[in-house]
Amino acid sequence: MKARVHVTLKTGVLDPQGEAVRHSLGALGFEGVGEVRIGKVIELEVAETDRAAAEARVREMCEKLLANTVIENYAVEIA
Amino acid sequence: MSLKAGVVVFPGSNCDRDLAVALRRAGADVTMIWHKETELPAGLDLVGVPGGFSFGDYLRCGAIAARAPIMRAVVDFVHAGGYGLGVCNGFQVLIETGLLPGALMRNAGLRFVCAPVGLEVATTDSAFTRAYARGERLEIPIAHHDGNYFADPETLAALADQDRIALRYTENPNGSAADIAGILSENRRVLGLMPHPERAVDPAHGGADGARMFAGLVAALSGEAVRA
Repeated sequence: MKARVHVTLKTGVLDPQGEAVRHSLGALGFEGVGEVRIGKVIELEVAETDRAAAEARVREMCEKLLANTVIENYAVEIA
Repeated sequence: MSLKAGVVVFPGSNCDRDLAVALRRAGADVTMIWHKETELPAGLDLVGVPGGFSFGDYLRCGAIAARAPIMRAVVDFVHAGGYGLGVCNGFQVLIETGLLPGALMRNAGLRFVCAPVGLEVATTDSAFTRAYARGERLEIPIAHHDGNYFADPETLAALADQDRIALRYTENPNGSAADIAGILSENRRVLGLMPHPERAVDPAHGGADGARMFAGLVAALSGEAVRA
């Protein structure tokens, strides 16, 4: 099965990269852009054939490696 | 007996030999340890995790290295009372293993900063900082893109209350919370810091303020039965 993991910064954690992108958008004339937050998308293929089992497995991967839960949240999508 | 140190080497480490040289100059016996090893050499007092760009900084700085086989042995070693020193990428690795709290994020200015910086010794209550005076100002280089120390308010308060902030920047170069440049573990035997003391151990380096960290360590640990 295919899984997609979205890793995003937790609320309250400053995102200097997002801030830089927001400034750059402003410089290009895109007005009205509020906060910009940058995250990551990780696509994985897993051997599990059961959706729930695949999701549990990928969540475990997130906890152990894919996300740093001190500063990041993650969401798992099973395709 | 002199201090026995091991320096872990990952693909992409680039300060491993500098760290070994600094430790040897201070009188330590140093063994280099490849990341695929699963056990540390017997009888070590200290494990050094060097600076560099382990595994290309993929995913997050230090994230892949922290899960390398040798790091399981390093975590066990520290839990058994062994000393640990993580410099720059090594600090990122120690944080990713959970041996030190918090996170190191992209510098607030988004730039890689390579420059000598002013530091203040915030505690002398550790084998790493005992050769300095509290409040003493040092100049030691930094060279990193991701040294912006972050921790939740409770962790920051605990670090301050327990006197575990080892070094602070005198002029914050990267946005670090509470100007933190280096922190100690709860048992004060693990130090993680972004500045590179091993790059300031000889006047030819432009300064030798880092030398006393290694000299103090060797003095503190030599002959001591470090491990439980």
